[in-house]
Amino acid sequence: MSRLLPLLVFAALCGLLGFGIWWNTHHETNEVPSPLLGKTAPEFTLPLLYEPQKSLSRKDLLGRPYLLNVFGSWCPTCQDEHPFLMREGKSLGVRLIGLDWKDEPEAAKRWLQQFGNPYETIVADEDGHAGIDFGVYGAPETFLVDAQGVIRYKRIGMLTPDVIATELEPQIAAVSAGAAP
Amino acid sequence: MRWLLLAMLLIAPAAFAIDPLPFKDRAEEIRFQHLARELRCLVCQNQDLADSEADLAKDLRKQVFELMRAGKSDAEIKQYLVSRYNDFVLYDPPLKPGTWLLWFAPGALVLIGAGVLANILRRRSRQIPEEPETGEDW
Amino acid sequence: MLPELGQFALILALLLALVQCALPLYGAWRNNAALIALARPAVAGQCVFVVLAFGMLTYAFLVQDFSVAYVAQNSNTSLPWYYRFPAVWGAHEGSLLLWVLILNIWTVAVATLSRRLPDVLIARVLGVLGFVSFGFLLFTILTSNPFLRHLPALAEGNDLNPILQDPGLIMHPPMLYTGYVGFSVAFAFAIAALLGGELDVAWVRWARPWTNVAWAFLTFGITLGSWWAYYVLGWGGWWFWDPVENASFMPWLVGTALLHSQAVTEKRGSFRAWTLLLSIFAFSLSLLGTFLVRSGVLTSVHAFASDPRRGLFILVFLGTVVGGSLLIYALRAPKVAGGKPFNILSRETLLLINNLMFTCAAAMVLLGTLYPLIGDALGVGRISVGPPYFGFMFALLMIPVVALLPFGPLFRWATADWRATLRVLRPALVLACIATACAKFVAPDLPLRGLAGVAASLWVAIGIALYALKRWREAPAGRRYTPEMLGMIVAHFGVALFLAGVLITEATSIERDLRFAPQESQRIGGLDFAFRGVARVQGPNYLADEGTLEVRRDDRLIATLHPQKRQYAGQQMQSKSDIDPGVLRDVYVALGEAVGSDGAWSVRVYVKPFVRWIWLGGLLMMCGGFTAACDRRFRGSPVRTAETSAAVPDHPVELPA
Repeated sequence: MSRLLPLLVFAALCGLLGFGIWWNTHHETNEVPSPLLGKTAPEFTLPLLYEPQKSLSRKDLLGRPYLLNVFGSWCPTCQDEHPFLMREGKSLGVRLIGLDWKDEPEAAKRWLQQFGNPYETIVADEDGHAGIDFGVYGAPETFLVDAQGVIRYKRIGMLTPDVIATELEPQIAAVSAGAAP
Repeated sequence: MRWLLLAMLLIAPAAFAIDPLPFKDRAEEIRFQHLARELRCLVCQNQDLADSEADLAKDLRKQVFELMRAGKSDAEIKQYLVSRYNDFVLYDPPLKPGTWLLWFAPGALVLIGAGVLANILRRRSRQIPEEPETGEDW
Repeated sequence: MLPELGQFALILALLLALVQCALPLYGAWRNNAALIALARPAVAGQCVFVVLAFGMLTYAFLVQDFSVAYVAQNSNTSLPWYYRFPAVWGAHEGSLLLWVLILNIWTVAVATLSRRLPDVLIARVLGVLGFVSFGFLLFTILTSNPFLRHLPALAEGNDLNPILQDPGLIMHPPMLYTGYVGFSVAFAFAIAALLGGELDVAWVRWARPWTNVAWAFLTFGITLGSWWAYYVLGWGGWWFWDPVENASFMPWLVGTALLHSQAVTEKRGSFRAWTLLLSIFAFSLSLLGTFLVRSGVLTSVHAFASDPRRGLFILVFLGTVVGGSLLIYALRAPKVAGGKPFNILSRETLLLINNLMFTCAAAMVLLGTLYPLIGDALGVGRISVGPPYFGFMFALLMIPVVALLPFGPLFRWATADWRATLRVLRPALVLACIATACAKFVAPDLPLRGLAGVAASLWVAIGIALYALKRWREAPAGRRYTPEMLGMIVAHFGVALFLAGVLITEATSIERDLRFAPQESQRIGGLDFAFRGVARVQGPNYLADEGTLEVRRDDRLIATLHPQKRQYAGQQMQSKSDIDPGVLRDVYVALGEAVGSDGAWSVRVYVKPFVRWIWLGGLLMMCGGFTAACDRRFRGSPVRTAETSAAVPDHPVELPA
């Protein structure tokens, strides 16, 4: 029996490694799951991109669910994502709020002029502080926040029609159902 | 995901990891360095916060520095980051049920191994050789 | 045309590998001398074609044939000619071909230098090596062909990663591969012994020099890698416990245990199961390392591009080779523990503890490296395991080893007189304590690690010196030190240097990120650093900002350092630090970026005492390994089984079933 032990341990190891390969093909290995899921969205007060003297804070958004999309004019993937937001943003049934992350307001405005503006409101997080509070580590990222201000879903990476259909829309449905008076 | 990382690295201005911060004394600097080495950069996931050149790393270093100045302890600073970024941001895996195997298995292995060996040794040494062997000692 | 020839050569090599594997093994089983005799010619043939294939790839790089996709991906017209050669192994496909080439070189060496060994054994050894080569060639041809064309040929290639454009690249991978591929020889000998049902241990004597040489190369490869990372990466670190580094360290740990276990098995006949298993594990970990680096299962800065298909292939191969060998072990391993009996207090016991601790250390590194995967499998979330874990656990596991090290050579086989040994070692203990106390007195701020470094390194160094002295006094002249013994002394002394280097550097390094205004001078670690500005410099394929820093001690100029920040043709930036090396300390400077508009720059300065001792220690260990391999006893006349020192077990002990 003890002679078989090394073989058995090795078989277990191979199982683990095989699992690893399988896992790899089904998951993005660089993704770090957010600890904020199911928790209240962090406090923030940020100036609006187009009207910097006004600001938007977390409490202003309570009462209705919203999608917070983190983007930047410097981010090429956000450019890839943008057409999908333009196309489907309005039909999603929730407000689309843009968070212009670590960006220069003028550059962002030019970018939006060039590619279109699907957002209901855009706030500017120039120094990235709000981003850190949300646990943002790359762009684009999108958060779905419900009417009570709890983060229900986070998408790391761009939103594709596929992801929107299979992941985002069911989540939005669940959130809206919950929010119905 | 690779494009995301590449995007961050190529487009964002190369913010080098060399970051002179206004430490008030050497002790504060050393404490900062220790902390930064225990935190993982989430963008360049195989570098610690001290060595990473990513923009986010620079921001997080500044954040850690500000928290230190605000009087937070090391544990509080780590908790601050973990509550935003997940345990993954720590290089030192916290001791929790999910990591018991990690922290205790090596020790357990040594103890079990030692036990088995001790047993075998005791059995073997029942045939104790009469005297130390003469001749070539090597 | 030539790349196609290369591809064809690979296929021929594959066929010859199949011949080399299947026929001699079958022949050994059936005692068919003709088939057995096929082994050596098959080895030669396979090697010729592998060398040809490698040559074709190298030629494609030297002439910059961008119609070969691999060449286009890994070089560029502005790449200096001397970096085109190591660019061959700069990425997955080429490095795999290098692996196969090195395996073939080892196999040819074994085939050539083993004329005095029994043919049946050699047939099995070469057969096993043939199987490994077959697997790797198949993998290369099916999933990682370096000769694939990209037509029409590109006019310009990608650039080689600037970090890899360095002399260290020329040496590090080949030395590392020579090491871990070399463990395949010990592996092949072990499998051959199991297949042949050898109850005696003559085969261990023959396997020992090969194992020692492989271990020495691996030690060299790891040391080089560490030194290279230190000066190239720019951040003063020398070991990061990165998964790929761990992949080379695990075979080293098991290889160290193997070296020691083989010594016991050869001389005393005991530890046969350990030696067999460690031989299998050492090479298995090498294969596992190959898997980890190329399958994408773990993220690492070092890893080659990942591909699940490749990962699956290597996994199946790994499963076959290792699973197969462990099955053979389960079926054929000696059921009875042989060898001369020994007391609880004896050299054998110490080496048993050594085996245990090194094996546990390797298991710990494996656990930590794979834990993120285990975490995913168990669903406990993303776990991150880094240097704080590995460094802590490794140090803990090595404490017993370091404490017992000087006892090893002084304890006798079978029964040791511990009182006498302690008497001999007393000066070491006393001197280590005194030195540690002095260190504490001279540097009251020295952290515990530094004190431990002083104590441990002196304990080991003086301990080994006392052994050497004892041997000098007691052994007859002319037979004082065999090469094996000398190798042991040198290698253990290397361990002492390594301990001193690691612990003292970790305890006393100074790192500062500073802003230097033009002509400003700052004082760090007892040295004055004067910044003399930054100038633009043109290199062969890069444009750089070069800073100048003058380092002075008490107004005497010690060094002028020129750290650079380079911008390469392919848009890649690299920080090239400058180092003033020294036996007792390194001064290390890296340039940051311009701060403000008055010509000020941010600079990182390190003062690292004793850091070179780390690599010096590694080099000494390597020398010890090579020296030990030269021992005459390994090169003697063909040893008939009756002549080995441990032919028949004297007092067989039933092993637990």
